[in-house]
Amino acid sequence: MVNHLQPPLLIADDLHLSFGPTRALDSASLTVYAGEVLALMGPSGSGKSTLLHCLAGILTPDSGRVGYAGRDLSAMSDTERSALRRTEFGFVFQFGQLVPELTCLENVALPLRLAGVRRREAQRRAAAWLDRLEVADVAGKRPGQASGGQGQRVAVARALVSGPRVVFADEPTGALDSLNGERVMQLLTGAARDTGTAVVLVTHEARVAAYSDREAVVRDGRVREQVHAR
Amino acid sequence: MSVGHALLGLLESGPRHGYDLKRSYDERFGRGRELHYGQVYSTLARLLKNGLVEVRSEPGDGPDRKRYAITEAGVTDVAGWLAHAEKPEPYLQSTLYTKVVLALLTGRDAADLLDIQRAEHLRLMRELTRRKTGGDLADHLICDHALFHLEADLRWLELTAARLDQLAAQVRPPSTQEI
Ligand SMILES: Nc1ncnc2c1ncn2[C@@H]1O[C@H](COP(=O)(O)OP(=O)(O)OP(=O)(O)O)[C@@H](O)[C@H]1O
Ligand SMILES: [Mg+2]
Repeated sequence: MVNHLQPPLLIADDLHLSFGPTRALDSASLTVYAGEVLALMGPSGSGKSTLLHCLAGILTPDSGRVGYAGRDLSAMSDTERSALRRTEFGFVFQFGQLVPELTCLENVALPLRLAGVRRREAQRRAAAWLDRLEVADVAGKRPGQASGGQGQRVAVARALVSGPRVVFADEPTGALDSLNGERVMQLLTGAARDTGTAVVLVTHEARVAAYSDREAVVRDGRVREQVHAR
Repeated sequence: MSVGHALLGLLESGPRHGYDLKRSYDERFGRGRELHYGQVYSTLARLLKNGLVEVRSEPGDGPDRKRYAITEAGVTDVAGWLAHAEKPEPYLQSTLYTKVVLALLTGRDAADLLDIQRAEHLRLMRELTRRKTGGDLADHLICDHALFHLEADLRWLELTAARLDQLAAQVRPPSTQEI
């Protein structure tokens, strides 16, 4: 499983980030290891999403360093960073954020298409992921015609389809009832563990965090890590 | 609930007579379940025997007006109790509440204590989640019941953590409050 003796996959070191007068991150540091499921918990407004966005190279901190597999994210150009996001990272947000004009199958195939995979091959692989997430039946529907739970499974499939090394999930079950939320967590963490994908999961729900290997608590823009996974 | 630890923690702010100690305990933690004198004195006798408190008599004190003071070993014992996570189980709140109040009273880090307890709860929740994921419907339902209870505890821990400053202001007598 997770080997904490290996060099970390993702490191945030002493991040500071303010939005105007608001200090969203105030010396936040965090380590993510390859293949682990890490839950980021903490009160609303404590800086969880901001930290996630910095780790994923979506936001650039005012100061501090984010390292991914030995590379410094802040030293990369925007083009390099977005290439990294496309090839190495997957994303799941609270409300799917699927493209409404495309079918669910096309949504899942999209990351592969953007990476230059041929249409047929992309659709074949997308269909396999939909099947694995138990939503093969919505393949031809548009996201608006799928239920919230189905939409989140499609979003998980899209996040995993290109074989990322890290999936960033911000309240992926926040809009679901507990039964659907649990199923999405089972499928997400199950698939991530099978493929050795690390997951950084933001949640304020303990029952969702219980699917992780360990948790880190964010308070007032600072992180309190619990180091030992058991 | 460890009455011994609670009494010991109360003694950290200064030596007291058994009677004062009982009153102080009842006021802070009694909530309709006051201590019996017998329990207070038998607990103090045990603490005395274990070297966690000592008796200080003052000139003019009668034989049954002993003042109890916490020893070094007693302070260490309180610190150990506060830093040690409780075994997650239902109706823990009175123990956790007592720990939080005593941590605040004795100037220790109450947020630390809550975090340690949170980690312990989550550890058990992970275990139950794993068991559930690999199990049948019966496992699911049984584990879910425990998980919902643990989750309720965790929500209490979170809410308490958010209200520590408020609680600290109420718990600490004005004379010892930092400005
Ligand atoms: N784009 C922004 N502009 C201004 N302020 C922001 C912005 N994004 C976040 N903030 C502020 O930064 C702080 C941290 O926000 P963040 O979204 O990271 O919190 P969070 O822990 O994810 O909260 P929640 O659990 O409610 O999602 C908050 O005070 C928030 O209001
Ligand atoms: Mg957020």
